[in-house]
Amino acid sequence: MADSPPAIATHNPDLQHHFATMEQQTEAAVMGMWVFLITEIMFFGGMFAGYMIYRFMYYQAWLEGSQHMDFWWGTINTVVLLCSSLTMAAAVRATQLGLRKSTVTLLGITILFGLAFLGIKAIEYYGHIVTDHQFPGPGFRFEGANPSQVEMFFSFYFAMTGFHALHMLIGVGLVAFIAYHAWKGRYGAHYYTPVENVGLYWHFVDIIWIYLYPLFYLISHIHRK
Amino acid sequence: MATTAVATPERENYLNKEYGITSWLFTTDHKRIALLYLITITFFFFIGGFFALLIRLELLTPEGDLLLADTYNKMFTMHGQVMIFFFLIPAVPAVLGNFLIPIMIGAKDLAFPRINLLSWYLLAIGGCLMIYTILSGGVDTGWTFYTPLSTHFLDTHVIAAALAIFIAGFSSILTGLNFIVTIHRMRAPGMTWARLPLFVWANYATSIIQVLGTPVLAITLMMVAMERIFNLGIFNPQLGGDPLLFQHLFWFYSHPAVYIMILPGMGVVSEIVTCFSHKRIFGYKAMALAVIAIAVLGFLVWAHHMFVAGISLYAAMVFSLLSYFVAVPSAIKVFNWTSTMFKGSVSYATPMLYAFGFIGLFTMGGLTGLFLAALGIDVHVTDTYFVVAHFHYIMVGGMVMAYLGGMHFWWPKISGRMYPEFWGRLAAMIIFIGFNLTFFPQFVLGYLGMPRRYWQYSPEFQVLNVLSTAGATILAVGYLLPMVYFLWSMRYGKPAPDNPWNAAGLEWKISSPPSTFNFDETPIVTWEAYNYDEIPQEVPVGR
Amino acid sequence: MSAHIPTKKFLVTVWVSLICLTVLTAAVSYLELGPFNIVLALVIATCKMLLVALFFMGVKYISDKMTIVVIVAGLFWLFILLALSMTDYVSRPWV
Repeated sequence: MADSPPAIATHNPDLQHHFATMEQQTEAAVMGMWVFLITEIMFFGGMFAGYMIYRFMYYQAWLEGSQHMDFWWGTINTVVLLCSSLTMAAAVRATQLGLRKSTVTLLGITILFGLAFLGIKAIEYYGHIVTDHQFPGPGFRFEGANPSQVEMFFSFYFAMTGFHALHMLIGVGLVAFIAYHAWKGRYGAHYYTPVENVGLYWHFVDIIWIYLYPLFYLISHIHRK
Repeated sequence: MATTAVATPERENYLNKEYGITSWLFTTDHKRIALLYLITITFFFFIGGFFALLIRLELLTPEGDLLLADTYNKMFTMHGQVMIFFFLIPAVPAVLGNFLIPIMIGAKDLAFPRINLLSWYLLAIGGCLMIYTILSGGVDTGWTFYTPLSTHFLDTHVIAAALAIFIAGFSSILTGLNFIVTIHRMRAPGMTWARLPLFVWANYATSIIQVLGTPVLAITLMMVAMERIFNLGIFNPQLGGDPLLFQHLFWFYSHPAVYIMILPGMGVVSEIVTCFSHKRIFGYKAMALAVIAIAVLGFLVWAHHMFVAGISLYAAMVFSLLSYFVAVPSAIKVFNWTSTMFKGSVSYATPMLYAFGFIGLFTMGGLTGLFLAALGIDVHVTDTYFVVAHFHYIMVGGMVMAYLGGMHFWWPKISGRMYPEFWGRLAAMIIFIGFNLTFFPQFVLGYLGMPRRYWQYSPEFQVLNVLSTAGATILAVGYLLPMVYFLWSMRYGKPAPDNPWNAAGLEWKISSPPSTFNFDETPIVTWEAYNYDEIPQEVPVGR
Repeated sequence: MSAHIPTKKFLVTVWVSLICLTVLTAAVSYLELGPFNIVLALVIATCKMLLVALFFMGVKYISDKMTIVVIVAGLFWLFILLALSMTDYVSRPWV
């Protein structure tokens, strides 16, 4: 726990006044980030609960809906996000080693992967909404059995991937923010907690997609699109 | 303890360190943020109270003659939403918790002071949105937002209200996050978990609930909003949706929410009872574990709000059984408070009066919860005034009394002034009498069959309703008194010594009011909590 | 701070595993295994999640036990939400 306050002479300029040591501050920041991530687990969890309940009730419609997902775009997007997690983890590593240029480059590539993900999602959404009229509500069209149940599938698809995409967008913003500060030389081996924490957020959003992918794209063995 | 003459120059403290509105709006000092919260929640208490007044006025007569039916629906909805989300949930944690937790653990501030300020801004913004909702006509869904009424059948400002609560929810989440990290990481040397004041334990348990439960409310409100905007069918039976799914998700948060409301109050009562019995708490370990047990078990019982809604009988039996378990740690706490007083040196200052009120009224409210947890009884009294009385006994008889007790107990520390003890005790008595007169008749009404949320009722219920309204008037007077004399005391109250109550705890070792960084030197704790055997008892200030 | 710093090679190895698991889950989805499709898919997803959490997020190297408790508690609470709500839906036809 806290040490007694040290002599002030040469302490880390990033040490905030209410902390006794840099170690205490870093541990607090990382723990705080994890507490925040579990709130996000529960936030998405509500939708996972709804998904699970309706899948239990309307399994056929879930099969049907899944067959209309863009299997290839979804798979490519999964790979894109995994690549972005690699570059993000590598960026944190680079910061820990004090490699400013590598850090900025890797963060930049992470942003590009993130934007690619969002771009592909936009393509998918355009197809679902405009081309196939699969957005739930009065404009929903589906030829086949149980259209309102399939509509429910699409409600969850848009809600869950929509919130995920929103989190991705925020993530891209956060990565851009720390990329800028990394470029300014703000971080290094002595202080990299913000990079680490943004990394945690980014990986968490990736994990959400790791579950969304099989839950929406891989339900049926038939992939029509 | 010496009292200082008013003429001597004031020592620098967190209140006079800086003046000006920006020094308050941009502060990161946990003590100033606590006062910002105090102003906000007091404001919303008045608003919620105003709606309660209109409800009770309407219910003076059996006919619906004061308000339209739809307007009455708005009254009880807004009363519930404002009181729960903008008063009860923030009250003790954000005012007393914010102020005291860093001091009680020997720290200079919370772990994340800027996030603390952000939490207040979120509550204020959510509050502004709630004011907007009220001014543009209000919401009539009931505070529970049940679907498909809220999603498909009303054209009132449901989304605005949902958004206001969504934003306020994040205030709650961030406060909980801040407390958890603070209590884990910022304790002074020697301040082990086993030496923490029970107020800190209680807020820690509350923070666990805030962090794990509130996000589910957030997503549920989002789903209601999306349902309204995009005309989805997630909760609409006509489109294959299940209204009960909403209720499951809503109550997953809202049941633990009631523990968010009561646990901090229990922490306050533990502090007051030990001080005014001048005795160590009986069963410290049990008390600490009990609040954690309540926090955990509280997450397993939510469907007891849905017994007659259409859940399966087997699920109902499971939730009924679990609901009985959650009563056990609460009962342990009541026994331990009582045992603390036994052979203690009990004195009856205002905070202790509120603590007594809490113990008695919370017990009544809690026991009636057991009645409701029994399936057979619940079928008869659910959605009647029995339920209304039950939760008001806990939330008002329990929580609000604990909050007021805490405000009186720590007022000398917060403001540097003593409140007038005579008026304090008088107000406590008026509140106790007014409260019981308001809510005890409601138990009877509910048992006799008067439904809740009805704007007119069968004439045989009138006498009890009139008694209830009379009680509410007395209660209102009781609540106004502390507002007046607290404000009065800030100018004219006797300057407070550092430890007017001869209480144990780090907060009583620093000055009243504290300086901005709390401690001149980081304390090193070598004593157990509640070491009253080492503290001589003098006659406490305030007779 | 004595943090664990992974090698570039290690990170790439984790990434390769993740890609392989993705290819596996995509390929397996073409098989008709009835109720096992979802089981297999979730098992593979959980393996991927563990790889990301343990090695990219560094959970394997966290020395502070309380942070681990925080993470496990979060997952357990999600489980409570899912499991207890399902008791209602699963048992409704039994009555």
